[in-house]
Amino acid sequence: MQVPAAFEYAKATTVSQTLELLSQWGEDARVIAGGHSLIPMMKLRLARPTALIDINDVSELSYIRVEGGELRIGALTRHAELLDSALVEEHYRIFRDAERVIADPIVRNRGTVGGSLCQADPAEDLSAAFAAVDASVVIQGAQNGVQRSRTVKLTEFHVGPYETVVEAGELLTEVRVPIRPGGGSAYTKVERRVGDWAVAAAGAAIWTDAAGTVSNVGIGLAAVGAEHFRAAEAEAYLVGKPATEESFAEAGRIAAEHSNPVADQRGPVDYKRHLAGELTVRALRAAAARARGQEA
Amino acid sequence: MQITVTVNGESHTRDVEPRLLLVHFLRNELGLTGTHWGCDTSNCGVCTVTLDGVPVKSCTVLAVMADGKQVGTVEGLERADGLDPVQQGFVQCHGLQCGFCTPGMMLTARCLLDKNPDPSEQEIREAISGQLCRCTGYENIVRSVRWAAEHEAAAKAEVTS
Amino acid sequence: MTVTETPMGFGRMHRKEDARFVRGKGNYVDDVNLPGMLHGSFLRSPYAHAKIVSIDTSAAEALPGVKAVITGAVLETLKLAWMPTLSYDTQAVLATDKVRFQNQEVAFVVAENHYIARDALELIEVEYEPLPVVADAKQALAPDAPVIRDDKEGKTDNHIFDWSAGDAEKTDAVFASSEVVVGEDILYPRVHPSPLETCGAVADFDKVSGKLTIYSTTQAPHAHRTVYALVAGLPEHKIRVISPDIGGGFGGKVGIYPGYVLAIVGSIVTGKPVKWMEDRNEHLTATAFARDYHMRGEIAATKDGKIRALRVKVLADHGAFNGTAQPTKFPAGFFHIFTGSYDLEAASCDVTGVYTNKAPGGVAYACSFRITEAAYLVERMIDVLAFELKMDPAELRLKNLLKPEQFPYTTPTGWEYDSGDYPRALRLAMDMVEYDKLRAEQADKLSRGEYMGIGISFFTEGVGAGPRKHMDILGLGMADGAELRVHPTGKAVLRLSVQTQGQGHETTFAQIVAEELGISPDDIDVVHGDTDQTPFGLGTYGSRSTPVSGAATAIVARKVRDRARIVASAMLEVSPDDLEWEKGKFFVKGDPDQAKTIQEIAMAAHSSLELPEGVEGHLDATTVYNPPNLTYPFGAYICVVDVDPATGQVKVRRFIAVDDCGVRINPMIVEGQVHGGLADGIGMALMQLMAFDEDGNHLGASLMDYLLPTSLECPSWELGETVTPSPHHPIGAKGVGESATVGSPAAVVNAVLDALKPLGVRHADMPLTPSNVWRAAQGRPIRTDLAIS
Repeated sequence: MQVPAAFEYAKATTVSQTLELLSQWGEDARVIAGGHSLIPMMKLRLARPTALIDINDVSELSYIRVEGGELRIGALTRHAELLDSALVEEHYRIFRDAERVIADPIVRNRGTVGGSLCQADPAEDLSAAFAAVDASVVIQGAQNGVQRSRTVKLTEFHVGPYETVVEAGELLTEVRVPIRPGGGSAYTKVERRVGDWAVAAAGAAIWTDAAGTVSNVGIGLAAVGAEHFRAAEAEAYLVGKPATEESFAEAGRIAAEHSNPVADQRGPVDYKRHLAGELTVRALRAAAARARGQEA
Repeated sequence: MQITVTVNGESHTRDVEPRLLLVHFLRNELGLTGTHWGCDTSNCGVCTVTLDGVPVKSCTVLAVMADGKQVGTVEGLERADGLDPVQQGFVQCHGLQCGFCTPGMMLTARCLLDKNPDPSEQEIREAISGQLCRCTGYENIVRSVRWAAEHEAAAKAEVTS
Repeated sequence: MTVTETPMGFGRMHRKEDARFVRGKGNYVDDVNLPGMLHGSFLRSPYAHAKIVSIDTSAAEALPGVKAVITGAVLETLKLAWMPTLSYDTQAVLATDKVRFQNQEVAFVVAENHYIARDALELIEVEYEPLPVVADAKQALAPDAPVIRDDKEGKTDNHIFDWSAGDAEKTDAVFASSEVVVGEDILYPRVHPSPLETCGAVADFDKVSGKLTIYSTTQAPHAHRTVYALVAGLPEHKIRVISPDIGGGFGGKVGIYPGYVLAIVGSIVTGKPVKWMEDRNEHLTATAFARDYHMRGEIAATKDGKIRALRVKVLADHGAFNGTAQPTKFPAGFFHIFTGSYDLEAASCDVTGVYTNKAPGGVAYACSFRITEAAYLVERMIDVLAFELKMDPAELRLKNLLKPEQFPYTTPTGWEYDSGDYPRALRLAMDMVEYDKLRAEQADKLSRGEYMGIGISFFTEGVGAGPRKHMDILGLGMADGAELRVHPTGKAVLRLSVQTQGQGHETTFAQIVAEELGISPDDIDVVHGDTDQTPFGLGTYGSRSTPVSGAATAIVARKVRDRARIVASAMLEVSPDDLEWEKGKFFVKGDPDQAKTIQEIAMAAHSSLELPEGVEGHLDATTVYNPPNLTYPFGAYICVVDVDPATGQVKVRRFIAVDDCGVRINPMIVEGQVHGGLADGIGMALMQLMAFDEDGNHLGASLMDYLLPTSLECPSWELGETVTPSPHHPIGAKGVGESATVGSPAAVVNAVLDALKPLGVRHADMPLTPSNVWRAAQGRPIRTDLAIS
């Protein structure tokens, strides 16, 4: 079996303790929660942190609640908890769709929302889902022993593949999703097999006015090289258009055009670009149906 | 570092390296070889154990992360009055062949039935979808879990009647 | 489905082995822990083809806890750097001159524990000089291709063998005179059996006694013992191979891997037991792969669908060393059974084997020695013909299947099929699936723009190798022994040369003895997997156990019964001829009350009773079974799929499998074997693949990328059965362990392509992943064995 190289380890129980340990151990220390991305990388010795700070017992980061008109999700929330949350389902059905196809039930028991976002895999489903619903993340750090916190839009969170704006010594603590009643949201993914990373995936959240005109829309894309996991051009096109198949088809075409996938064993570029469009249409269609209360 | 882990209700204190994987702690430190390992990437699920009552893949958990926690393995399934209904179900319905995935499958099944005593075939398939089996084509595993559900329900009905 | 009591012989019975497995008390190789045991681990090559310039092990040796670092140079001094393969080639145990595939073994560290061994690997410095790579079998014979096996004197190309079967002249003549001729390029891609337990060994060499005990993941412990004796020069009586519980084999645990040899060398060098267990990446990249057959099939027929002939050319990618595990006289295994289940005038095939910069192997995945490739080829070609003739594929098959009265039937390539009723099996499968109704549903769906497919596969297998005059591995004839002891109280111990990897031998073989002697299976212990405890035999692969050792078991039990008859005659003071056997007892003809049970007879055989001539005492017997022919199980499979051409996604909705494996000893176990093989078919048809990039880098080196089917891709299997006993097998049984793996991939692929038929798609290669299905639907199929670009 592959095994990691040696490292130091400490278990933190609070955010402030975590930040202290991060500053004490320096930039080669890593925070570990579910560990389902980090530990395999450490086994391959592609990741070699000198120290791990275990935040599994930082219970203050484990919650899902509504506050200030936002859905607030603690970074330590497990995928399984997000999947099972009635509160989340009440506001955004996209998350149950997405969580059902993230890894497998046992990995979801362990993997965390914050960990997935910070891993920043270009095929990460939650990044696309959160991008679709205009989420922000809260990042905490400490400077000269003083805790400070900043909020970053998810669409500004990713710097590149496996890279985010979270700096050494900082900790992602929360995800915030503005609650906007009256909309519908959905997530759709093509995978080679259950539990695999997406070949391509699309999430959509849509709000329409009484006339059926799109008043607000978010489209998130995973695994197709969309900038910040978002189909911004397709979103811009749709606002003000009727929520019809024709509009969705054009939005899909735009999303495909602006995607920038790379070929790998999941598929060639033309296929992935095609899927970016096809899945955008399907996600919009499902989200719009839900907004109209037409789909279970 | 020193850790204390409660495994199948029994407390064990050991001095371990932080990098020791939970599966190795169970197998090599405690001699509980019923928990197997099959991949390094948390894909196969043969290393599944419960951590504070929830199934996890022990090849991707550090032993130190289990410090102060409760771990359940296949060796803890049998009850004072005999095999757990899940274990019986696997025997009754030929839910195993080589036996390598079986401990993990049974632990997931136990957790599923604790949450959902009457799971549908689809719910069982979803629950075990993170665990591979190369021998059974899953059919008889599903039947085994259904057998356990039905016999547990029957046993409960008998107690209350 | 569930069983309530133990049958006295054949029938559904719970497995005896389950008692330990459900309690977590199995004993697999990695569960073996010996006092003072050390741990070994390999450094492997990052390159597919490179010259080794230098290896510096000093830093690794200096790491505290490291006990030995073994390189190819060290092995050379022991004359162990190369070992023979099962195909009369040689394979590097540790690379000396150069590496020939990615992840080839380069050095072996032995340390106090596994973690230290792994740390030490990072401290070994190897300087490589990369060489041009042959990653594509189709380029292997190009004039400018780099020569991979320059270790072989005079070798100037990558050619391994040419092999032909059938009557080429006659076949060509039939083709020339046929109304319809259709050809297709068909790839059976490289896959890997990937049991959940990887390969491993614990070697324990006792310097004082000179005895080597090796616990290893082997399906063929006796064959391994002999090979170790030949490789290492150790006396064979001083070698004991123990194969404890095996966590799945499927053919991947037949060969001898460098790790087994290094565990032995490590133990000899350090004087301590040494354990080696490979990780999943090593397992996928360095132990035996399967298939990798690039086939060109041609089929000749009349306009109304009478098939006349088949012609096949194969390019076989054997990797860097020819390490296939199959009967020596058959370099392409049993591929020449490719005429399948049909009545043809003529057939011929030409197979060319080549070296590439990939791991060795080839026959290692429930394939019955390449019958998977053969069955897939013919079943795909039948559908290709049906496509061209615009005929229903079921109708085309029914028109051409062999008829029951043609058995025993000799095929155009020389196989003698023992028994079968093929049309009955196919009709049963069609009834079960309600074939006509499904076709109507398909048409209805298509009119609504929904794509549904129905795929049929009919296979004939040949399993249970020998006879030994035709079949041997490295000169060891393919026959198997059995030994049966009956203790004074009538309890029995059966000792077998075959080795279960989950097939339930401890139960099935006890049932055969029970059937023959009337001793309860609960009172019979089956011993296997230990060369010091069991008679010689070639082991379990190619579905051999029931056809060969099952026969041996029946025969050895009959020998015991013959002895029991003589003892009973002395007890009852009658002539042996005056006794009649009824399961469990002998009684005097015409006087059933005058009877002795097998238990009473066993006690008497060990007692002071004056034994008659011909019985030395006891009832024990031994035998060796040399099969007169293979057994030929067959089956009809139907798969129903829904395909979304816009995304390429495939959902297997139903799978009907009718298997005929002759007499079923334990139907529960037979059904379990079929279930597992059907899942394999889903896996190979839809997701399992080992592809490589142009530099020979492995693209499926973990279970994240080498995808195995889960519970959610598998439908609830619907099984049916017919029973056509094998006329030459003592209990009429045929092997079944690989039937479903052989038969099912074609059914799934045929179903997907049936769904795509309205889009004009005739063929696409496995695996039919979403991207491959989508590209096929676009009329631009992808070559699946190379990196996608």
